[in-house]
Amino acid sequence: MTNKTRVATASLAGCFGCHMSILDIDERIIQLADLVEFDRTPITDIKEVGECDVGIIEGGVCNADNVEVLKEFRRNCKILVSLGACSINGGIPAMRNQYTLKQCLEESYLHGIGVEDAQIPSDPEIPLLLNKLHPIHEVVWVDYFLPGCPPPADTIWTFLEELLSGKPIEFAYRQIRYD
Amino acid sequence: MAEITITDRIDGLLGQWGNQPQNLLQILIRVQQSLHHIPATAIDYLARKLGCPQVQVEGLVGFYSFLHVEPRGSYDILFSDNITDRMLGGQGVAAALAERLGVALGTTRSDGRVSVGYTFCTGMGDQGPAALVNGYTMTRLTPDRIGQMVELIEGAVPVTDWPQEWFVVEDNIQRRDILLQTALPDGAAIDRVLEIGVDALLQEMDASGLRGRGGAGFGTALKWRPCREATGADRVVVCNADEGEPGTFKDRLLLQRYADRVVEGMTLCAAVIGASKGFIYLRGEYLYLLKGLEAELQRRRESGLLGRSIRGREGFDFDIEIHLGAGAYICGEESALIESLEGKRGHPRVRPPFPVTSGYMGLPTVVNNVETFMAAAMIGVQGAEWFRSRGTEESSGTKLLTISGDCARPGIYEYPYGVTVEQVLTDCGAQDVQAVQVAGAAGSCVPPSEFGRQIAFEDLATGGSFMIFNQGRDLLEMVENFAAFFVHESCGFCTPCRVGTSLMHKRLTKVVVGHATRADMERMCDIGALMRKASHCGLGQTAANCILGTMDSFPALYAERLRSTSFEPAFDLDASLQEAREITGRDDPGAHLKGGGV
Amino acid sequence: MSGQFIIDHKPVPFEPGQTIMDAAMAAGIYIPHLCHNPEFHPHASCKLCTVKINGRPASACTTQAAEGAVVESETDELMDDRRILLKMLFVEGNHVCPACEKSGRCQLQAVAYYCNMLAPEFTHFYPQRDVDASHPDMVIDFNRCILCNLCVRASRDVDGKDVFAISGRGIGSHLIISSPSGRLGDSAFDAEDKAAQVCPVGAIMLKHQGYDVPIGQRLYDQEPVSVVGDVAKYVVKKHDQ
Repeated sequence: MTNKTRVATASLAGCFGCHMSILDIDERIIQLADLVEFDRTPITDIKEVGECDVGIIEGGVCNADNVEVLKEFRRNCKILVSLGACSINGGIPAMRNQYTLKQCLEESYLHGIGVEDAQIPSDPEIPLLLNKLHPIHEVVWVDYFLPGCPPPADTIWTFLEELLSGKPIEFAYRQIRYD
Repeated sequence: MAEITITDRIDGLLGQWGNQPQNLLQILIRVQQSLHHIPATAIDYLARKLGCPQVQVEGLVGFYSFLHVEPRGSYDILFSDNITDRMLGGQGVAAALAERLGVALGTTRSDGRVSVGYTFCTGMGDQGPAALVNGYTMTRLTPDRIGQMVELIEGAVPVTDWPQEWFVVEDNIQRRDILLQTALPDGAAIDRVLEIGVDALLQEMDASGLRGRGGAGFGTALKWRPCREATGADRVVVCNADEGEPGTFKDRLLLQRYADRVVEGMTLCAAVIGASKGFIYLRGEYLYLLKGLEAELQRRRESGLLGRSIRGREGFDFDIEIHLGAGAYICGEESALIESLEGKRGHPRVRPPFPVTSGYMGLPTVVNNVETFMAAAMIGVQGAEWFRSRGTEESSGTKLLTISGDCARPGIYEYPYGVTVEQVLTDCGAQDVQAVQVAGAAGSCVPPSEFGRQIAFEDLATGGSFMIFNQGRDLLEMVENFAAFFVHESCGFCTPCRVGTSLMHKRLTKVVVGHATRADMERMCDIGALMRKASHCGLGQTAANCILGTMDSFPALYAERLRSTSFEPAFDLDASLQEAREITGRDDPGAHLKGGGV
Repeated sequence: MSGQFIIDHKPVPFEPGQTIMDAAMAAGIYIPHLCHNPEFHPHASCKLCTVKINGRPASACTTQAAEGAVVESETDELMDDRRILLKMLFVEGNHVCPACEKSGRCQLQAVAYYCNMLAPEFTHFYPQRDVDASHPDMVIDFNRCILCNLCVRASRDVDGKDVFAISGRGIGSHLIISSPSGRLGDSAFDAEDKAAQVCPVGAIMLKHQGYDVPIGQRLYDQEPVSVVGDVAKYVVKKHDQ
């Protein structure tokens, strides 16, 4: 065991763009690797989240699996971070909230252009969709919010650096934006 | 053919209302009454005839809850859903009636025959549960009346032919003091001001210490004097009879039994400030009072107490028009009321200027409560000393309290200011009292430890509302009722009230269903504090009182419902899969979410 | 007779008749606001400009400046209040910044950046609202409307057209359009109207245009609204395309 900070990340109803932005910290990732150890992340491909210091969530909550993963993160992470527009206010996926779930599924699986063998999937393997998509703070307590679509790598780096060194979390004007 | 009828009808109304754009709301109310909705053709036609933008008419219809663009039923039934009506079983009667009629609550039956829904307090707290049918008040509804109502509706019997006893509104005076005990001969107050002069009369008013009876308590002479001194081509007297504060029903009595005195007070005010025009702004829920009031005005015109050359005095011309409200509590706020009188959406104005310098159509305007005008008339005749023989130093005279809820003798009580809550409770026969909500939805929830407090401007100020809850009641039901009331009644003008009322109600509902945690309480405190500070008018500034106040005085009410988790989701996780379960037909374990917060 | 009052310890001169907001703007002192535009009669509905005047909260845009008044604006308490108001505006509508052509030059966004709002942490309303693209040159996206009333005022007071009004009540308040169909395309609205140039958010937008300025170079990308000023000062006209 090391005394490195354990970090886990997950992408729920998002596009993985926020994760790409994490990788965009470029060579600083080496510095980061000295400071943290990754638990469950799409990078490590670990499937279960263990005891962690920091959990970072990208994407909103659109289905039953998202809820379970999010709650698992909250249970295991001392600090939970809402990363990016989708986890913060639903983002693009929340535009489906303008329609009923039935309308969404019928458009996608029954009436959409190019649909063959039209049927709405009902396999128990597939997580059921929630009536509406929600930002993660409506399901669990969130400690920090990092806006952006995606949040700039520089913003993520500033945040992690400040967090890991126990400094107050502060950003320059140009580091915060909602798109 | 139908369209010709509509425009003909509107032409008639336009003529009746002088083709004045400021009477637009009054015209729309009549269109709603006769056609059960405001058709697009009517909106278009009125806009053209009155030379106002079509969106202005549309925006007006959209603001008032008694105006509808979609047709309501030929029988439009709205049950009063104040907490006191609920306590008397109102919701049960409403649900049963709707079921018997085959209509979902809040909707209109597909054949257009009937609509059944809820409205907030209709001012019958002492004789509920109450409802409005086509605007007319029915009291003391009971489940055994439902069968007969269904028959009348299905048989298309006009409401005017329904049993008259259903529409009886009792005075229900339980205690009289100087105001209700003392006689006031017709014209006595007017004669007095004509005799002693305006300055002496104003001094008398000053000396009496009379303060506004609507609840805010602004000195009456402090309104009349600057209005008299303000520059303007004319001046206006407005009687605020928009008695919408839940649990208040004193103006109902005064307008029904003492209308002569109220009008006398208005006429006195007109003599003092030099007004030729007066309005009674009567809340739509009191439609049943309209005929009697109009008759009273006519009687006074014929007796030389109203109209031209009042009491034979050349140049003393004053007449009164009655304007109806249309289901908007905010119009009880004086500047919103003036907007409404001008035929606009009831948004409170930015002040200054205050109405006394710039009110109705920019004219200096005095707006006083019904009870204030009556008291003013009495003071005019009986004098300041008579008035000061009751009450406290800061709150002179008496106050009509309207008592409802858990007690043996609900009704109207006239008390000298300074009476304690305890005394009132004893007199009305209340036992095992858990709390008294004083001053309505925006007022204070008083716990037993504070029953020694006084009804007075310096302690518990109230427009009259005094609702009693015994130990068997769940006070959170009251809080939820009021929070929903403010969601419905926020005018929507400013951000803190428009959004805050909904955010507060959502969080409170979470507490009620047992899904809330400490974190939700903290959020409500933050939002409520902001509403108090930043809202545009008194409605928004006090809309959070019912929640913040009970959190303070009745912490156990909340604590016992809170979860021990540190956080709970904003919505029911498992219920939120319901739609997907229905679409896919799944009910396997994976189709459910167990548990709530982490 | 001109006078002087204090905002956050700084002296501010004023002329008679000026509001706190007028005088502050003239002195180059920024007070956050959304429904205010100095070209129009103040409305005082967004409440972002709530300040404390001699200790009492009031809207800076409608309160007359008074000699010697002590005004607090950028205190922790008032900035907290502004963040709550901004969060209210964000959750009340559907503000999907990544999918909005106004992003980067949106005043709601800019004021929220200025006030350090990281997220609208309230429960979202996700109201059902429409997009009206019936007009040849303009589009109106009701999802983004914050009810500032500026288009209503501009159309009424400058254009003389009364194309817009607010209907409904409370949380159901919404913008309506004057035309037989209720659609913008059937109204008297024109892209050259003043009402087409005053929307602080992405509710009323020019069509056939968007995402034309790279991220990093947009109006509020580099400097805050306190420096850049209101978006209405930077009118994008149809022929600028």
